[in-house]
Amino acid sequence: MPGTKRYWEDVKEGQALDEVRVDKLTRTDFVKYAGASGDFNPIHHDQLFAEASGNPTVFAMGMLNASILSRVVTRFAGRPAVRKYRVRFATRAWPGDDVICRGTVTRKFEQGGEKLVEGDLVAVNQKGETLISGNFVAALPTRS
Amino acid sequence: MPVDKSYIGKTGAPVTMHVERGKIREFAAAIKDDDPLYFDEDYAGREAGGIMPPITFLQTVQHWDQVGSSRPRLPFDLKRVLHGEQEYEFLKPIRVGDVLTAVSRIADVYEKPGKRGGSMNFAVTETEYTNQRGEVVARARAVTIETGQVVKD
Repeated sequence: MPGTKRYWEDVKEGQALDEVRVDKLTRTDFVKYAGASGDFNPIHHDQLFAEASGNPTVFAMGMLNASILSRVVTRFAGRPAVRKYRVRFATRAWPGDDVICRGTVTRKFEQGGEKLVEGDLVAVNQKGETLISGNFVAALPTRS
Repeated sequence: MPVDKSYIGKTGAPVTMHVERGKIREFAAAIKDDDPLYFDEDYAGREAGGIMPPITFLQTVQHWDQVGSSRPRLPFDLKRVLHGEQEYEFLKPIRVGDVLTAVSRIADVYEKPGKRGGSMNFAVTETEYTNQRGEVVARARAVTIETGQVVKD
C-alpha cells in the first residue's frame, strides 16, 4: 500500500506477502511490454516467427512476468527499499494465462548498517505450474 | 555447436540512457503497476526524493542501444534462446533525471547436456550501471540459454 511505512521490527520470518496477480495475459500485453522495454524479439509478438520457431503462438517475455512478480516486493517494502531481486525462469506464459505472484519472508538480518529482510518469491500460472521462482533482499526502516 | 570460450571477457560498448518520466510511466503501465511513485511527482518527492523507475526498468537500458554494440553477443540462434535467470543489485537510488551508463561483459560461457539430447549453451552477462556522478548505482547479471533444439515445454 503506497504511503504505509513498514518497519523492520514488525516483519516476521515466515510471513506471507500480499499476492499480486494478472489474469488472462493478452498479446496486447506483450506488445505494450515490448514497446516499454524495447525488447522486440519477434518470438513475443510475431505469430509467423513464433510458428517458424516451433511454437503454437507467441509467449510472454520472461521479464514481463518477472516485472509483475517484482510488484510483490515493491508493495511489501516500497521501491526505494529494494537491494536485490533475483529470478529464475521455469516455464513460459501464453496468451490467456494468469500470472499469480506470491512471496514469503525467510530471514531478517543486519548488514552494512542496514536492517534487511530476505524472502522467497514464486509466480505460478492458473494450473499451478511455476513460471518463475526468485528471491529478494530489502532494507526496512526501524521504529527507533 | 560447441560453446566458444573465447567470448568470456568480451565487453560491449557503453550505452547511455536518460531516465525519463514518460518512459517510466509507460513501463509502469506495461507491467500494470499503479504505484504513484512512478508518476506522481509530489508523492514520489515525499516518499523517495523523486520518481524512481521500477525494479526491472534497467532492462530498457539494455535495449536502448538500437545498433546492439553495447551487448556483447554470442552467436546464439534467436529461435532457440531462452532467458534463464536475471538478477539486480541496487547500490544507490536511481531517480528520474539521472543519466545512466551501462557496460556489459560476458562473465562466463559454458555447456551442459540437454534433457532431450544434444547440449545446451549458457552465457552469463554482467552489467554495471553508473550514474552522471560516476557512482555505480546497480549491477545486473543475466543467464541466457541456447537450447539444443527448438524449445518445447
